[in-house]
Amino acid sequence: MNKSELLEKTVLKFNERYVKPLAKEIDQSGRFPEETVKLMSKYGLMGLPFPTSFGGVGASYYDYINTVRLLARECATTSVILSAHTSLCASPIFEFGSKELKEKYLPKLLSGEWLGAFALTEPNAGTDSASQQTKAVDMGDHFILTGSKIFITNAGYADLYIIFAMTSPELGTKGISAFVVEADTKGFSVGPKENKMGIRGSSTCELILDHVKVPKENLLGRLNGGFRVAMQTLDGGRIGIAAQALGIAEGALDRTLLYVKQRKQFGRPLAAFQNTQFQIAEMATKVEAAKLLVFEAVKDKENKRDYSKSAAMAKLYASKIAVEVALEAIQLHGGYGYIVDYDVERFLRDAKITEIYEGTSEVQKMVISGKVLR
Amino acid sequence: MKIVCLVKQVPNTAEIKIDKDTNTLIRDGVENIINPDDLAGVEEALKLKERYGGTVTTVTMGPKLAVEMLEELYAMGVDKAVLLTDRAFAGSDTLATSTILSSYLKTIEYDLIIAGYQAIDGDTAQVGPQVAELLKIPQATYLQKIVEIKDGRLIVEKKYETHFETLAVKLPCLVTTLADMNEPRLCNAWDIWSLDQKEITYITFDDLDLNKDNIGLAGSPTKVRKTFPRPVLERSPIEELSPEEAADKILAKIYPYIEVKK
Repeated sequence: MNKSELLEKTVLKFNERYVKPLAKEIDQSGRFPEETVKLMSKYGLMGLPFPTSFGGVGASYYDYINTVRLLARECATTSVILSAHTSLCASPIFEFGSKELKEKYLPKLLSGEWLGAFALTEPNAGTDSASQQTKAVDMGDHFILTGSKIFITNAGYADLYIIFAMTSPELGTKGISAFVVEADTKGFSVGPKENKMGIRGSSTCELILDHVKVPKENLLGRLNGGFRVAMQTLDGGRIGIAAQALGIAEGALDRTLLYVKQRKQFGRPLAAFQNTQFQIAEMATKVEAAKLLVFEAVKDKENKRDYSKSAAMAKLYASKIAVEVALEAIQLHGGYGYIVDYDVERFLRDAKITEIYEGTSEVQKMVISGKVLR
Repeated sequence: MKIVCLVKQVPNTAEIKIDKDTNTLIRDGVENIINPDDLAGVEEALKLKERYGGTVTTVTMGPKLAVEMLEELYAMGVDKAVLLTDRAFAGSDTLATSTILSSYLKTIEYDLIIAGYQAIDGDTAQVGPQVAELLKIPQATYLQKIVEIKDGRLIVEKKYETHFETLAVKLPCLVTTLADMNEPRLCNAWDIWSLDQKEITYITFDDLDLNKDNIGLAGSPTKVRKTFPRPVLERSPIEELSPEEAADKILAKIYPYIEVKK
């Protein structure tokens, strides 16, 4: 058994022991599963694809993405907590941070002692990130950040945020900068938790920045270079969300396979009817195709090829089929699929967000066509 | 505190089926796991190490395939893994196995040996006690809890059906553990990725002071004449009833057999 296989086996046991038993409860109550985050930290899952020199595990990007996927088979909330922490906070610090920033923050993030988050979206700047209204004013040895951010995953529980703000508003996308902001900085506060359709245990909140003083050395990347930080980070984040969508689809399919073999109508299990067989064949093929796209994007990233197209394709397709497979799973479950006990309705609600966050499906199409039509 | 855990790799008997023609176990495609009672022992050892310091060494006897299990134990945080492997060891029953294990244990230092109560593939519960006898050290078996170490003694709780007994066992000693006494930790990613720096110690026949007459098939007094699945005499009917109806039905069924003592 190689390391990746042993990690996979471990994550599957982790799922059975810690993730599966909580999934329904945190969905119903909307409670953030802090205990699961502690356990993921204990087992090293919060720092998988980073070198040991910064306190990471030294695993591959594949291992990280596969872990996000496996967690989502039981609980999309747990999966996105890990994905936002790793892809959207630790990764940009590792890729763009100065030696000092990396040494200061990565050990805390990768051990899981600190949880990370990423804040780009604003009430009037979603896909159109150039319309940022949060401003960062250069005060010599520090910046003053003022404004607000919305829909921030892990908000309130995160200890460290990557925050984007305009340093030269007149330059549009070329005037955005990225900052690393500690949660206990004066003037930084978190709004109430959004009450969402799915991934209900994950924390999604507004951030309020009221004259937040950020030291100069916490500028991430170059001054006015924030757009590149954001776009490259989101390219990577997309593979994480694609893997999450794939996991959701696999979870919905797994439950359906069990159900159609057990449930009997007209004296035969549902699996003996051709409609069921054809439906299952369609679902399994979609899942397999999504898996190939996700791991193709992983390969591109691991081999340092341009992965923005493959990541966008993986996210576009995996999120689409996650919704479809979850819907089909409900249909095959009949009335039972519509009630909470059978999980598949939760998979549908969780699947929908994967078509929206970290770039909507429409954004993915913009990215893909931009590459294909060139 | 030097702790040695005796472990065995076993087929997951929860998954295993029996070949109807030969009455033997079908091992193909069955996952190999760490024997659950042994794994509980490793967890106890790691907890004792966290509390009192020291080292945890796991020792197993078996084919090269057992490397897989030893790597998993390294990834849980044990300090050293030893594999006793040799063609001469094949076919050993519990006595021969205990002879081999104890001959290795005589060559190393230990304060405490922890073995699982029994292996799920044989259910004999003999190896732990036999090893203790061969090493001439005290033993306490069937533990539900290891309480503490006090004045050179291990304080343990031995499980019975209706109660338990608290014992103080002078170190060095051997104890046997039960799977349900704890929830063994999982492997952790850091230890999985540092497996390259961990080496497994291989011990063969030539490394030990053993006589070929006492080990392997020749040294095994146990002879298995036949194995067969127990035939099912009468299948119990399954009915869906409310708890009250079920209680009435069972009572009606057993009532004629009950002797009411006045």
